[in-house]
Amino acid sequence: MGAAYQKYYVPHQSSWPIIGAIALFLLGYGAALWINALAKDQHGVGIFLIVAGFALLFYMLFGWFSNIIDESMEGLYSQQMDRSFRQGMSWFIFSEIMFFMAFFCALFYARTIAVPWLDGSGNNAMTAEVLWPGFEAIWPLTKTPGGIETQVMPWEGIPLYNTLILLASSVTLQFAHMGIEQRKYTQLGFFLLLTIILGITFLFLQGQEYVHSYHELGLRLDSGVYGNTFFLLTGFHGLHVTLGAIFLTVIFLRIIIKGHFTPERHFGFQAAAWYWHFVDVVWLNLFVFVYVL
Amino acid sequence: MSTDNSNTLDVNADQQHVDHHDHKPTGITRWLYTTNHKDIGTLYLLFSLTMLFIGGSLAMVIRAELFQPGLQFVDPHFFNQMTTVHGLVMVFGAIMPAFVGLANWMVPLMIGAPDMALPRMNNWSFWILPFSFFILLSTLFMEGGGPAAGWTFYAPLSTTYSNDSTAFFVFSVHLLGISSIMGAMNVIVTIFNLRAPGMTWMKMPLFVWTWLITAFLLIAVMPVLAGTVTMVLTDKYFGTSFFDAAGGGDPVMFQHIFWFFGHPEVYIMILPAFGIVSSIIPTFARKPLFGYESMVVATASIAFLSFIVWAHHMFTTGMPVAAELFFMYTTMLIAVPTGVKVFNWVATMWRGSMTFETPMMFAVAFIVLFTIGGLSGLMLAIIPADFQYQDTYFVVAHFHYVLVTGALFGIISGVYFWIPKWTGVMYSERLGQWHFWCSLISVNMLFFPMHFVGLAGMPRRIPDYALQFADMNAFISIGAALFGLSQLIFVWCVVRCMRKKGEKASAEVWEGAQGLEWQIPSPAPYHTFQTPPKVK
Repeated sequence: MGAAYQKYYVPHQSSWPIIGAIALFLLGYGAALWINALAKDQHGVGIFLIVAGFALLFYMLFGWFSNIIDESMEGLYSQQMDRSFRQGMSWFIFSEIMFFMAFFCALFYARTIAVPWLDGSGNNAMTAEVLWPGFEAIWPLTKTPGGIETQVMPWEGIPLYNTLILLASSVTLQFAHMGIEQRKYTQLGFFLLLTIILGITFLFLQGQEYVHSYHELGLRLDSGVYGNTFFLLTGFHGLHVTLGAIFLTVIFLRIIIKGHFTPERHFGFQAAAWYWHFVDVVWLNLFVFVYVL
Repeated sequence: MSTDNSNTLDVNADQQHVDHHDHKPTGITRWLYTTNHKDIGTLYLLFSLTMLFIGGSLAMVIRAELFQPGLQFVDPHFFNQMTTVHGLVMVFGAIMPAFVGLANWMVPLMIGAPDMALPRMNNWSFWILPFSFFILLSTLFMEGGGPAAGWTFYAPLSTTYSNDSTAFFVFSVHLLGISSIMGAMNVIVTIFNLRAPGMTWMKMPLFVWTWLITAFLLIAVMPVLAGTVTMVLTDKYFGTSFFDAAGGGDPVMFQHIFWFFGHPEVYIMILPAFGIVSSIIPTFARKPLFGYESMVVATASIAFLSFIVWAHHMFTTGMPVAAELFFMYTTMLIAVPTGVKVFNWVATMWRGSMTFETPMMFAVAFIVLFTIGGLSGLMLAIIPADFQYQDTYFVVAHFHYVLVTGALFGIISGVYFWIPKWTGVMYSERLGQWHFWCSLISVNMLFFPMHFVGLAGMPRRIPDYALQFADMNAFISIGAALFGLSQLIFVWCVVRCMRKKGEKASAEVWEGAQGLEWQIPSPAPYHTFQTPPKVK
């Protein structure tokens, strides 16, 4: 460092964090009110708080990111600052991985320990005999000890297509990245748009699959631990695909409208790309452990 | 840690330059919009102190009810709410924010950074907390009351048998998790990226090392807690059966997932205290810390082991014997790195020229009393013995020794140690000593007899008890009241410093104190190290 030291940019004050805190409060409090009202078949103010919370959250995100983009375009950010963003994003993705880990581990536990124990494996013969006679441990769990029946979601068909779509989207995103690095902005725009379209197609097909699952297979969120893990894992994954697609769309608009990003400086793009690849890897695990095995 | 004279000069020159335009924003927006690590540290610490008294008040309801056998003041359901919310408030509201506050204040000063790496996000992390606790505490005033399943919210208590507060509890925990994860990301990135030139890894003060590892633990396990509460939410409201055998789930699975978060969590609440004590003991023994490298390795080992011991909380819940043995041995293994630390602190004091100002008193008490908590932890790790101790007051005694006389005493010693640097005035040594002795005596009146009533079989989380425990419980409740009152002396001490009443503190504050934070003036200027110092 020494003479080459660049000043680390510390913003003076910002009202966005407190606005963000209020937005999260409205979302949390509203969701709690809403869920309780829902359970009693009532209407409450919860849904209004949720809408207000989302509106405030988007306002905050828009304003906060605008500030960051302006500061970056003014050249206030040093290389050190860039490293802070990169490391911050990496740790954020790590925390997301751990969030999915909780649900994957619930799946593994239910499948390899909880369900066999209910059928008397290990030293649980009397559990099966006294509490759940007639229960047979199989996976996917098509009949719960309580007697709820469901059909199995096959991995051929939509899940397989979705796997190919997401894999392809990671490749197209890589081409877009190469477009930035080689200043080929048409290539960048085309492949980025293609990635977003593939993402939206994935979500559309996932929606089709849910409809099929609810209406024809009888596989529902509440049909035992197979349905629970299926819908929470694919649901949270779908939520992340949605967020990733929004993230990529914002990046796309910044490129098209504002002409942002250079071969040297395009961390915003990279962060969105890392997030997209992370979502892709989660899907591959989902495909293997939720659908195929 | 080792810095020489030329470094001191550099820092002072930098400071004079900075003081020239060291203007603080004023009014309420200074605190609402701040991006300054010192302001945010202060906010965290004051919030934590507030929550300590709220959590303490709930504990006083518990102790008032247990003062005599029979039901006196509250009904059992309300009693359960008190134990639950007391635990949640103390863990997530008092202890953790206090450590984040200390990290905010001290980590940039110790490593020569201009601020935290992501200053705006830092402010966001803080301001989520008051809102989150508003959600949690508001449930106490709702119809049906607050959460009552214990701070561990075991299913099915938190699912099948819980009330409307569950959803509020779940979203409150989500907000706490977001706050903790962002706070931890900030600490970790600051330490990785903003160290001054020459501040190599093995020169970092131990407080920075312990916080680095704590931050890693936080990012690894807070999302797992978020997953756990999400499953509780869907089990309660959306018909899933993760924790219900009728649907193929298992209530024991709740405990596995919860404690996979919960055990690293207890180290999150003690590792920074290790770091504080490792700063204080060498200062007042006037000797370098004994075995610095082994301290770093021990901290990392404890963090690693914390991921593979979780099921020792569940020995009586039902596990194959092989699994129980595995968790027993890994748990006992933790005694090794912890023992290394205790021996190192003692060896640091050995033949030192010691003085016993308030921070040192609390630090020495920490070593002795935390070790008692550690030893009762070893007793609990022994499976057959644990079958007797499980869910008794022995467990309550154990974790209050590590959390009150461990984590809280660590925090208090850190506050006395650094408050001259924060406010520019020395705290009153006379009041500090009063605070220490009153706390020391009352805290042992409060928690030591719990070992005995626990071993004799008094169950925890029950508002009534057998007559044979009456005398002990009356004594414990008196200790609790005295301990609570003793903390008012602490508040008095802190308020005096904040109002600048007291002797002016020098830059070094303590004779022979080592580290960058003692080379800047007291009180620390609003902006420090805008140009990084050179550490040799």
